[in-house]
Amino acid sequence: MLNGYGSTILDGAWLTLTLALTSMAVAIFLGLLGAAFRLSPIRWLALLGEGYATVIRGIPDLVLILLIFYGGQDLVNRVAPMLGYDEYIDLNPFVAGVFTMGFIFGAYLSETFRGAFMAIPKGQSEAGAAYGMSGMQVFFRILVPQMIRFAIPGFTNNWLVLTKATALISVVGLQDMMFKAKSAADATREPFTFYLAVAALYLVLTSVSLLALRFLDKRYSVGIKAADL
Amino acid sequence: MIFDFSVIWDNLPLYFGGVLITLKILLISLAAGLALAIPLGLMRVSKSPLVNFPAWLYTYVIRGTPMLVQLFLIYYGLAQFESVRESALWPYFSSATFCACLAFAINTSAYSAEILAGSLKSTPHGEIEAAKAVGMSRAKLYRRILLPSALRRALPQYSNEVIMMLHTTSLASIVTLIDITGAARTVSSRFYLPFEAFITAGAFYLCLTFILVRLFKQAERRWLAYLAPRKA
Repeated sequence: MLNGYGSTILDGAWLTLTLALTSMAVAIFLGLLGAAFRLSPIRWLALLGEGYATVIRGIPDLVLILLIFYGGQDLVNRVAPMLGYDEYIDLNPFVAGVFTMGFIFGAYLSETFRGAFMAIPKGQSEAGAAYGMSGMQVFFRILVPQMIRFAIPGFTNNWLVLTKATALISVVGLQDMMFKAKSAADATREPFTFYLAVAALYLVLTSVSLLALRFLDKRYSVGIKAADL
Repeated sequence: MIFDFSVIWDNLPLYFGGVLITLKILLISLAAGLALAIPLGLMRVSKSPLVNFPAWLYTYVIRGTPMLVQLFLIYYGLAQFESVRESALWPYFSSATFCACLAFAINTSAYSAEILAGSLKSTPHGEIEAAKAVGMSRAKLYRRILLPSALRRALPQYSNEVIMMLHTTSLASIVTLIDITGAARTVSSRFYLPFEAFITAGAFYLCLTFILVRLFKQAERRWLAYLAPRKA
């Protein structure tokens, strides 16, 4: 299939999927942290969360990827000698990619999660406090489980954007399916064929995600009556 | 000192040139994209599946694939076909600027069409009934009532799309154009100062984003004043 390049592209597709899923895990963690910061009554924490979300969302993904990949690597190697470490440090592209994407989409998710937390009626956390739960317990036992339902539509959107944005990581040399397609296109001089194949694979990925998240949305909305207009 | 911004200072003209290219690509693709989005948006609200389906498929495929793949398909991909290379349009398709604008315009047209369709669907029923009651034809109803009102109400969402497009234009640097990101890549490879080069590019984009947000706030105050909450 595809002049024998089919299997390498599928390998790349697997890397794309792993990259997207791992970055999403990092992004969910940072997004929750960001949302908690922004909703916190402590002023400097709220400002920090606000700054993170505003700055990251105001800069293109590609620039952030280049900044963290090349700039981060450069900076690490400028700082390391000062700490007495003289060997050149090479960041693992996959790990760097996961943290870059996670860092970027954490900012977008913090916005989604913040909105979802605010949609929960105030009585819920008050009831938790009345039962004698600590702040952490209220957050993880009362707020997070209920927040998920409100966050699913925004989360779906962010997940789709993240999946598609992983293609940009190929620019800095991670061998995802976009990178593999580019090599195959250069070798066979049939760029259209290979980019079209990759486009189809991305379309499958986004379509399956949409179906899965729609199912999840249904599951989390069990027992909730939709407004009848 | 671990940072060295003097090189950036000397190369500021390169960045300002980049700002101009970024704005040029942004304006061209937004204008072309919006021109495409209006008929597509109208098709998306049609009840006839023959009209609705092609527009749905178009927006679904464009929105389901990465911008980078679309750009590569147009810029590198089309050259695969002899018929394209020998056609009269080849001078256009071999130009990076043209291909970037075309790819971005197609991309934004799909997103804008969906925004417009959503906005058309949420038109208050009374407005349409009133138009019918005064005897407007279908064409007149669209021209005078539906489109002006839907385009206004689409403004807040469209402002998000414009900012996304500003960020998308950074991909033009991958196909050799010297926009803001392209300027940063040039500086980064010429002086090997990637951190300073890209953080400067980030600052430029951040400024442009804030300016766009302000402009849209102004536009909303102008065109959506009737929807603003009443001031006490």
